[in-house]
Amino acid sequence: MSQQTDPPPATLPPTAPSAAGRLDPVPGEWRRVSSRYIVVDLVGTVVGGLVLSAFLSLPWLLSGVLWLAAFPAGTLLVTLLVAAITPRRVRSIGYRLRQDDLVFRRGILWQRVVAVPYGRMQLVDVTRGPIERALGMSQLKLVTAAAASAVSIPGLPQADAESLRDSLVELAETRRAGL
Amino acid sequence: MTAPAPAFRRDDLGDGGWHRPIAATPLLRGGLALVAIAGILIANFRERLIAVVIGQGGYEGDPVDLLIDNGLLPAGLGVSILVIAIVVVLFYVSWRMYTFRVTDELVEVRSGVLFRSNRRARLDRIQGVGIERTLFARIFGAARLELQVAGDDANVRIEYLRGRDADALRGEILRRASGVRAAERAAAEGPADGAPAAGAAEGPNFGGTLPGLVQTRMGEFLAPERDPALAPPESVVEMHPGRLIGSAILSGRTFWFLVIIALIISGAIGADNPLLIVTVVPILLALGSVTIRHIAKFLRYSVAATPDGVRIGFGLLSMSSETVPPGRIHSISVSQPLIWRPVDWWTIRINRASRSRSNSQQQQNSTVLPVGSRADALKVLRVLLPELADDDLQPLLESGFSRDRGTGRYSTSPPRARVIRWFSWRRNGFALVNPVALLRRGAIWRELVIVPFARIQSVSIHQGWLGRRMRLAGVHLHTVQGPISAQLGALDEADAGRFFRDLESDAVRAAAADHSAHWGRPVAGSTA
Repeated sequence: MSQQTDPPPATLPPTAPSAAGRLDPVPGEWRRVSSRYIVVDLVGTVVGGLVLSAFLSLPWLLSGVLWLAAFPAGTLLVTLLVAAITPRRVRSIGYRLRQDDLVFRRGILWQRVVAVPYGRMQLVDVTRGPIERALGMSQLKLVTAAAASAVSIPGLPQADAESLRDSLVELAETRRAGL
Repeated sequence: MTAPAPAFRRDDLGDGGWHRPIAATPLLRGGLALVAIAGILIANFRERLIAVVIGQGGYEGDPVDLLIDNGLLPAGLGVSILVIAIVVVLFYVSWRMYTFRVTDELVEVRSGVLFRSNRRARLDRIQGVGIERTLFARIFGAARLELQVAGDDANVRIEYLRGRDADALRGEILRRASGVRAAERAAAEGPADGAPAAGAAEGPNFGGTLPGLVQTRMGEFLAPERDPALAPPESVVEMHPGRLIGSAILSGRTFWFLVIIALIISGAIGADNPLLIVTVVPILLALGSVTIRHIAKFLRYSVAATPDGVRIGFGLLSMSSETVPPGRIHSISVSQPLIWRPVDWWTIRINRASRSRSNSQQQQNSTVLPVGSRADALKVLRVLLPELADDDLQPLLESGFSRDRGTGRYSTSPPRARVIRWFSWRRNGFALVNPVALLRRGAIWRELVIVPFARIQSVSIHQGWLGRRMRLAGVHLHTVQGPISAQLGALDEADAGRFFRDLESDAVRAAAADHSAHWGRPVAGSTA
């Protein structure tokens, strides 16, 4: 199998050589997602963590039992830790367009690399949340007949996401396979 | 939509025109309800009849008495007749509105009176064709045809047809879906066509005299659910009754029931209340009925290879048989619960793209061999995927069944994985042999998962923090949703990477070369 990549869609997102020590079954250059996605991820994490700790602090505030404060405090601590590694986590997201498939990787502690052949893509979905929209970013989702494939590339600049979607749909069309 | 005049001709249901099912369809669909109503009526009138015949009064409090006493009998009769007339008219209208057609490209069903529905299935997307004969329908010699399409509960049903019509139509649909044109088929297959031959073998049908009709019906009832002309006998696997009963008793279900019973008895003893033991009785009854239902369902079970795919038939009273065309099986799992180890029995399940909404149907949809000996299981594997008959693959399959000590051709977990896979690290492994991937796992619950390259949707490799420290990784082959998950953990990092790379290119190649959408068409034809 050749390792060459197809011509990139419109603009070339930053690429990164594979870091040492990480799971890397197909060595080569990965395309990284926009670093602005760190903001999106951080906002999501912090807001989620704050809401959850506010909810968990209700028993403590209502009853006044001191040790119940451990729940919101623990949640806040975990939120902080997650927020601290968010930049690294976002940098770990990468994808690559190869000859016959799209390879996607993410995760630091729990790493996962997925390869989806173009012919197996049933649909390509571009979605945008409110924060992503404010920052002009989109998320690209690939759907295959297998629910376990679950590939979604977050943090793509909107123009990139759309051109990537178009080229993926075109590739899928030319290599269409059955189920 | 233009409404072509529906023509009711039963000679050739597959001619592309609109047809209607048999006139008894509404009766058969509402079958059980009607039987229940008739039963209630008979039960109510039995004593009245006895009273009239023997000439004894002495019972009252019946609605009919009430009507007679109040002189409302004519009105009561009128209302009853009106209700019956309305029901008959509704039945007739629903039958009139139910039409179907089978063309070269699709099967279409239109139905409904108030809520109209129109379902189409493209023939090249068919995942399976089933014929179901419920007990009630069998008495009338009727059958239901069901076309399975990929997706949740996306099946197209044609109900009800005469039994032999359903058989013939299934044969016709499968032939068209296979891509063989009518002319080629006539030239190639000739009289060994199967379906029409089966129809002819049934002898006189509706035209016959009453004894002749009864005889035909009895013949249909007793005949095996498969066509000997279609399936060579060496490809047929049948259920061994003793083994089925044994497997139903030696099952996880029985085990859990016994655990519950033991808990109840110990509780009764602990509470010093022997009456509590009585609650065991309904539990035992439940266990018995579930077990007997399981046995009745699979007693006449058979699997056979036909030119148009695998034919799976089962059911003692209500029979169903299903044909799964080649290339519609997305993964196969052969497994053995620990309790079956001493008798060496195995069970085979498959993942398919068509899913039923109800759980029990889903289960029967995915179980291909409820229980079988090792030889049976190997035979069924070869029927399911003819590619597995390759001599080169036999040792791999064999060692998938047995307690291999890591000497075979499987790439197994390294010794350092012992910490994670205590007992199975020598068995836990994979082999990629064109055209299938074999995953072998489990020392206590042995399992062999087989995935054809051409059916792999995507591949992933994953590693947690512990795996990273131990240089172990897991792989996952994604296929359509089903009971089988083709996953393997605790592999050597390098092995897993090799698996990922090789499999990905194999899957792409196999998918490009796959022509099973039209399995009967020569490979040189269109690539669909």
